[in-house]
Amino acid sequence: MSNVVLQVENLHTSFFTRLGEVKAVDGVSFYVREGETFGIVGESGCGKSVTGLSIMRLLPEPGGEIIEGKIILEGKNILELSKKAMRAYRGKMISMILQDPMSSLNPVYTIGDQISEAVKLHQDLPDNMVEAEVVSALRLLRIPDPEIRTKEYPFQLSGGMRQRVVGSIAMSCRPRLLIADEPTTALDATIQAQYLALFDDIQAKTNVAIIFITHDFGVVSRICDRVGVMYAGKILEAAPTRDIFKAPKHPYTKALIDSVPRLEVKDERLYSIEGQPPSMFRLPPGCRFRPRCPVAMDICGEQEPPEVKLNEDHAVSCWRVK
Amino acid sequence: MAKVLLEARNIVKHYPVTRGFLQRIVGWVRAVDGVSFSIEDGKTLSLVGESGAGKTTIAKQILLMEKLTSGNILFQGNDVYKFSSAQLKKEYRPKVQSVQQNPWSSMDPRMRVREVVGEPLSVNTKLSKKEIADNVGQLLEQVGIDAEGMNRYPHEFSGGQRQRIAVARALALHPSLLVLDEPVSALDVSIRAQIMNLLKDLQIQYNLSYIVIAHNLATVRYMSHSVAIMYLGQLVEYGESEALFEKPLHPYTRALISASQLTLPEDAKEGTKQIILSGEMPSPLNPPSGCRFHTRCTEVMDICSKEIPENKVIGTQHVKCHLYR
Amino acid sequence: MVLSVEKLKRKRRGNTRWGNIARNLGMILPALIFALLFFTAIFANLIAPYPYDETNLPQRRMPPAWVEGGSTDHFLGTDTLGRDVLSRAMFGAQVSLSVSLLAIVITAVVGTILGIMSGYMGGRVDAFIMRVVDIALAFPGLLVAILLAVSIGPGFFTVVFALSVLAWAGYARVIRGEALRLRNSDFVLQAQIVGASPFRIMLRHIFPNIMNVLIIGITLNIGTFILAEAGMSYLGIGIPPPRPSWGSMVADGRNDLDSAWWISTFPGILIGLVVLSGNFLGDWLRDKMDPRLRQL
Repeated sequence: MSNVVLQVENLHTSFFTRLGEVKAVDGVSFYVREGETFGIVGESGCGKSVTGLSIMRLLPEPGGEIIEGKIILEGKNILELSKKAMRAYRGKMISMILQDPMSSLNPVYTIGDQISEAVKLHQDLPDNMVEAEVVSALRLLRIPDPEIRTKEYPFQLSGGMRQRVVGSIAMSCRPRLLIADEPTTALDATIQAQYLALFDDIQAKTNVAIIFITHDFGVVSRICDRVGVMYAGKILEAAPTRDIFKAPKHPYTKALIDSVPRLEVKDERLYSIEGQPPSMFRLPPGCRFRPRCPVAMDICGEQEPPEVKLNEDHAVSCWRVK
Repeated sequence: MAKVLLEARNIVKHYPVTRGFLQRIVGWVRAVDGVSFSIEDGKTLSLVGESGAGKTTIAKQILLMEKLTSGNILFQGNDVYKFSSAQLKKEYRPKVQSVQQNPWSSMDPRMRVREVVGEPLSVNTKLSKKEIADNVGQLLEQVGIDAEGMNRYPHEFSGGQRQRIAVARALALHPSLLVLDEPVSALDVSIRAQIMNLLKDLQIQYNLSYIVIAHNLATVRYMSHSVAIMYLGQLVEYGESEALFEKPLHPYTRALISASQLTLPEDAKEGTKQIILSGEMPSPLNPPSGCRFHTRCTEVMDICSKEIPENKVIGTQHVKCHLYR
Repeated sequence: MVLSVEKLKRKRRGNTRWGNIARNLGMILPALIFALLFFTAIFANLIAPYPYDETNLPQRRMPPAWVEGGSTDHFLGTDTLGRDVLSRAMFGAQVSLSVSLLAIVITAVVGTILGIMSGYMGGRVDAFIMRVVDIALAFPGLLVAILLAVSIGPGFFTVVFALSVLAWAGYARVIRGEALRLRNSDFVLQAQIVGASPFRIMLRHIFPNIMNVLIIGITLNIGTFILAEAGMSYLGIGIPPPRPSWGSMVADGRNDLDSAWWISTFPGILIGLVVLSGNFLGDWLRDKMDPRLRQL
């Protein structure tokens, strides 16, 4: 088994609002190996982005708080780090790409300024070395004419190019772990395909571990090695991508995959999961998917199902799975 | 053969770009540049393309929000630009309704659902309040919302329910054509299937025609009878949905299909055909010469930058590409 | 999208020819006026035809040169003590401009620092600063100014202090709103992601993006401060006489408006001109500060 870069154990993150506590992440565990891409799939509000921000320790303040759990990066529990030590980790050890390329760059600085900021924060380099690092970061994301791009402002670039610049910033210090939060959702189909191909490339060159957060099974199928399916704050099933598609075990996973129209075949009618995801203020007792589950049993409404390990890489939380 | 409901003949829409002190016109954005298609009764046509392809511009023309630069739109065989304003108000606008992409911004938050759905009726008909309320109740039940919900506000509903309400509003005037602008792309995966199934049911029930604007090809295949693939203001391929997806002819169509497929990484790494286009979409202000797609095409030939490809009919498909001559 | 910049530009100032002309005038004219006033203020000692306090009782209430009875010796006429109105207006520019500029610098610096801290750091810092702001904004400005003038005696620094002691709160509140909005923006999160410290984020990411708002605020405030200073001088709690300020000059002539209108009118026009120029210049600078528009 190759080197585990990140191990998340029993992570609980809550938001404290006027209406009460929202358990946005409610006991999530997973790991990512070196050079591997772990996908977190789920619908909006399932806690996938909060999981990403928890690992960065950048939860929105006030309100967001990590209640318990361990986030072990390269053998060190980063929840024990001081704020200052954590800042030194960000960018250097872990980095992140956000969804919207239009708003994640500072409009008043050039591309070169923004990448060199990231470089200078973690390395004490003379100016010409910084410049070389900036250009190499742009090259890593295959940005054409990097020397010209460094002098341009974000508004002069297309969405796809901006997102590559965001990727360059994130990768500028060659972190061990990269969290990508829906990085291709705002991009057009052919540009999205280009961007996804870059991830393979980056991974081959740097062996970075990637957590890929998305709602799109098409994207998952393309770049993830393993996937965790998240619902209402919990990972209900985690397995290698092929198993998730070919042999899903959890009813939610099955339903979700069946409800996505396929390009390869003409469906006469899509399978649809009735109802809505539960309110995060009032989770149902027992299994959180039970109110929408087509195969629910009595016990599902009484007790939360334990996680069952089918093999080393495949874990399911469902009373139907033994 | 079904009757043609709406036909676009060689429609062109250019927007001026002005600059400087005197607002000189320095160029034209060729948003839609010579597009023809038709929609039959009870059928769905999907317009597919990436941002800047011109699909939303076409929707605006059909809803008569803007005037074409040239070309004709025929509704049941009549040129809509020759309609008098009274005719438009009676015979066209109520018959052509639309549903927007974003169910959060498409409704006035201060209106109750009853007013949201009933608005087309109170504007266009002389029905009494009571009659409108009855109508709204029926409309809501048709889209799967409890009629009691009409007294609540839009924010009390989830995204999927709001999209249902938006559909109910579009149906209020018994239209024959709905323009659906990315109807499910703002919704969650598990909710999308619900809405797509609903739209299909309503189509059969009321013999509705749809123009669906979408970027997700899988959604398109599921919804449509015919498909038009757009690139930089032009149709590059157009035809019956089944044939087009089974045997895409244009290299751009193939690239789009490849980008939308579920491909497991093991398969991709074994070298199955994953087409990744180079470069980005050129500016519609200054489109490439010859075939507009030649700057990104995987099959580009010498002729492509020189000559504009003619429309070629192969089976049920129309394609504009020099590969087929 | 190709059109976005064009659209933006059009949106900023109606899509008309008059809009374009207004924008160009809005840059040149106010800049010239300011340049002229600053030049005059700095070199008043050299270029003013008379000292500001030289009285000439036989020639008092002399009208401007182009009015019957006027003389080119006193181009804008003389006041009730026979002092040259043009010279006094020139020296008055010294007082009016220096007082308001100093007050603006103080309020803008204090307001911006506290506003950014309040907006970005949030929590107790925010609560504390905002309560102080509430209190500061609840005081009637003129009353406090009078109180200060009475208690520490009139003078240059009293006026500056009186003008800025409450005015920073307005800045702080507006800047805080901006900082709060920016704190939740993706690019600030992205800066945190690469490990930037809070201080660095406030300085390098929040502050430059607040510049627009700040500049609009400052240029609009030039007018407000000049007016406030004039108001204080008018009430006699400004810079003590015989040193002229535009406000006190207006006050001097207020009893003779029907017989010697020029005593009040010319400093009045100057006040109006500066206020207007400030507003125009602010508008123009805002366009210039936006990097999306910088390259056009």
